[in-house]
Amino acid sequence: MHKVYHRIDKIAGNVITIRAEGVKNGELAEVTSPHGASLANVIRLDEDQVSLQVFGGSRGIPTDAKVRFLGHTMETAFSESLLGRVFTGIGVPRDSGPTLTDNMIPIGGPSVNPAKRVIPRNMVRTGIPMIDIFNTLVESQKLPIFSVAGEPYNDLLARIALQAEVDIILLGGMGLKYDDYLYFRDTLEENGALSRTVMFIHTAADPTVECLMVPDMTLAVAEKFALDNKRVLVLLTDMTNFADAMKEIAITMEQIPSNRGYPGDLYSQLASRYEKAVDFEGAGSITILAVTTMPGDDVTHPVPDNTGYITEGQFYLRNGRIEPFGSLSRLKQQVNGRTREDHRQIMNTMIQLYANYRETLEKQSMGFRMSSWDSKLLKYGVRFETELMALSVNIPLEEALDLGWKILADCFEPAETGIPSKLTDTFWPKK
Amino acid sequence: MEKNIGKIVGVNGNLLTVAFSKPVVQNEVAYALLGDTRLKSEVIRIRGNNAEMQVFEDTRDLVIGGDVEFTGELLSVELGPGLLTQVFDGLQNPLPELAEKYGFFLQRGKYLRALDGEKQWEFTPTAKVGDVVRAGDALGSVPEGIFVHQIMLPFGIQGKWTVKEIAGHGFYTLDDEVGKIESEDGKTRDVSLSQRWPVKVPIRAYAERLKTTEPLVTKVRIMDTFFPVARGGTYCIPGPFGAGKTVLQQITSRHAEVDIVIVAACGERAGEVVETLREFPELIDPRTGRSLMERTLIICNTSSMPVAAREASVYTAVTIAEYYRQMGLNVMLLADSTSRWAQALRELSGRLEEIPGEEAFPAYLESLIAAFYERGGVVRLNNGETGSVTIGGTVSPAGGNFEEPVTQSTLKVVGAFEGLSRARSDARRYPAIDPLDSWSKYPSVVDAADVETGRNILRQGNEVSQMMKVVGEEGTSINDFLVYLKAEYLDAVYLQQDAYHDVDGATSAERQQYVYGKLTQILRSTMTFKEKDEARKFFQNLTQVTMDWNRVHEGTDEFKSLESKIEQMLAEVTKDA
Repeated sequence: MHKVYHRIDKIAGNVITIRAEGVKNGELAEVTSPHGASLANVIRLDEDQVSLQVFGGSRGIPTDAKVRFLGHTMETAFSESLLGRVFTGIGVPRDSGPTLTDNMIPIGGPSVNPAKRVIPRNMVRTGIPMIDIFNTLVESQKLPIFSVAGEPYNDLLARIALQAEVDIILLGGMGLKYDDYLYFRDTLEENGALSRTVMFIHTAADPTVECLMVPDMTLAVAEKFALDNKRVLVLLTDMTNFADAMKEIAITMEQIPSNRGYPGDLYSQLASRYEKAVDFEGAGSITILAVTTMPGDDVTHPVPDNTGYITEGQFYLRNGRIEPFGSLSRLKQQVNGRTREDHRQIMNTMIQLYANYRETLEKQSMGFRMSSWDSKLLKYGVRFETELMALSVNIPLEEALDLGWKILADCFEPAETGIPSKLTDTFWPKK
Repeated sequence: MEKNIGKIVGVNGNLLTVAFSKPVVQNEVAYALLGDTRLKSEVIRIRGNNAEMQVFEDTRDLVIGGDVEFTGELLSVELGPGLLTQVFDGLQNPLPELAEKYGFFLQRGKYLRALDGEKQWEFTPTAKVGDVVRAGDALGSVPEGIFVHQIMLPFGIQGKWTVKEIAGHGFYTLDDEVGKIESEDGKTRDVSLSQRWPVKVPIRAYAERLKTTEPLVTKVRIMDTFFPVARGGTYCIPGPFGAGKTVLQQITSRHAEVDIVIVAACGERAGEVVETLREFPELIDPRTGRSLMERTLIICNTSSMPVAAREASVYTAVTIAEYYRQMGLNVMLLADSTSRWAQALRELSGRLEEIPGEEAFPAYLESLIAAFYERGGVVRLNNGETGSVTIGGTVSPAGGNFEEPVTQSTLKVVGAFEGLSRARSDARRYPAIDPLDSWSKYPSVVDAADVETGRNILRQGNEVSQMMKVVGEEGTSINDFLVYLKAEYLDAVYLQQDAYHDVDGATSAERQQYVYGKLTQILRSTMTFKEKDEARKFFQNLTQVTMDWNRVHEGTDEFKSLESKIEQMLAEVTKDA
């Protein structure tokens, strides 16, 4: 039924151009060469010239390769039998299980109508005080972990996945090292979480174009589960690889580049994925945690910069800790007014004092004499870092708040903290 | 009339190239047909017999040779009663109705009429047969919530017209004719309760534009006292992500002393928009005692909605703002964020393969930004009343760097600059408006000399603080140290404000005048301390009492007792001076 084309006019990067008629924008095609078959999709139409990006890459494609259009856009299977399975970026099994072809759903669907969203309202408890107290994670939040290579971001991601109360975990891996993929798989398996997990993994050795499909595949499946009343946690790592794959294609297509060679629609592209995070009115939810590695630890790099403007806060991971400055959960105000009445005050006061501690550290390093106030701050800062900031701390929120008061009381007088008298009267530990 | 149909010859992202044979108009709207689905688009460039069109939707499945139907109309909005309380997308589709009809997702090609065509409005005529009227003059009015909604002559008509017929008092739908007018050269036309207006053209049916002089109280202390906004003025809030732009806009939308607030989310996070969407109907407007939503309208084009609609959203918002201004109302437009809009322009410019300007923004960025902010202002209407549009736009500069083109182009055309700083938000000093970088050309709600006193203390305090970083606290004189403490005190108890606190969250102009007067007295007084630790201790205590003072209702016993406590504390350290 679908016509087969045999003549490729142009091959550049992973993009091939042929002359064809009646082709739809975004349509899938199968490109067959002596090395095997690969899927491709239409990314541009110009009169009778059709440009396709070949998922398997263009290496080894002859000009007389067979191109057959499939009449539909990219799809993925959706059913409960996805659980516990691992697929590539284009939905081919990476494990020993069967290929799934029933109940195919399109990927990259339309945006949720904002009128059908409810205000995020449920705290996701992680047991990590730097998150629970200071940057509370909220169901339906979209949050990147800004980090540099070498930081334990994948460990943090895995730990949050295991400790967070959710129904389904979806892992989208982009440009993952094979070891990291195995780490995720094994960690989830050891902790009994694999049976509620679906993975779409593109590893560093796979063709670039497949990387581009990972977020859409993952999120399309997540959306279906969420519409079935499931609370879904989506982990994406690493979104910088995704953006770099986009850059590669855009430049091959001779698009006018925007900042540092990234395509002009970088913001829109990232946003259309992150905005899939949602709490549906009358159904489930999608929470997205994504790793964004910052080249050169530079937050002004276009990828983290654009991400920061889309997402609802960010965790900065630095020296193995969630950095208090810069880290932010925009949605925390939705939930921390109802946890305990001292939550917000502790959250603000402890960070303000920690900022003062950092200043004192600078003064100390310059050799200035320390005032009695400085000494108090020095004592405070060290205790804050070891007892609350360390990622190894795993205690419930209430316990963490009590610990906060204890640290404050051991270091300061109530008036030195700037906490309103009403709260210190209730919470300041009696000696 | 025969339809003007073109054929698709190219698809590149959301840009279509369409071959046409009959004349087309720059910026006219056309629909790309995809089976039963009609994808809205706008002509943005014409080359020979090809029109380049930006599609406001996903272009997937379009084919070469597909039909495109031109409409001959520019991108327009419907103006009439029923706009308030609505939530529209950037193209004026009513989002709640779309959700009711089509469910969770924004399916492409699904458009609904902006206003309810069935609803009956109670019309009261004010013009009489034989009256001579011009564009923008009212023929009558209908009640719309708490407002008297004027039914005005279409803004686009030229010259003087005579009222030939006018409907009596009664109930009419938007499309019913309520008047008939005749021009000097004998042409007649009907007037109904609603009219259409092209969004990219400013409405100018007024007598003259006036100077902006009157302060607009936002109840944010640092803004009203130090960096005020004027009624009909323009301001911008640039800041890196996480510095508190959106929270500041939300507070302003609740407390600013204006009649109508239009919130335009142009590419913002849906999670934040939904807060406004869901909370406003629940919130009670302290001025009217009714739902805040009755005087609010939301244009909601979140970051994942199509980029071309994002580009349109600010124009849709400002056109509706101008419409209510024409009724003699004071309207505030909050655009969050204008950078997203500028990015949408950049994206489209890139697709058009235009030669990129600075940071790949199009060369015309500056003039578009200027033209947008210039749509704010105070005007005197034909009937002698005044109306205003105040525009506050947030800017999200890449990397938080204010040197970038969007911030710089905006700074040239606005009257106040509320610059947010990363350092202040890191230290949780909210609102994080930088008191040293920001400026305003508008008058403050408090006495100008007192403002100067505060400003000097802040400036000097900062200098001392910088100096202390070099010479240490021990190398600083006690007098300098006191200036530093005073600056920190002013910052903590006045510049900072707890947005989530009932009382502290919104400070009226009267209270600002009262409290700031008291603070000026403290800042100007000469204090004696034996040593720095004693001084620091004093200011820590004073800060706590003053913050407690900020958190109680004025006029209460607690308010008075905390005030006398402050006076007492001050007396103790100034008595030897």
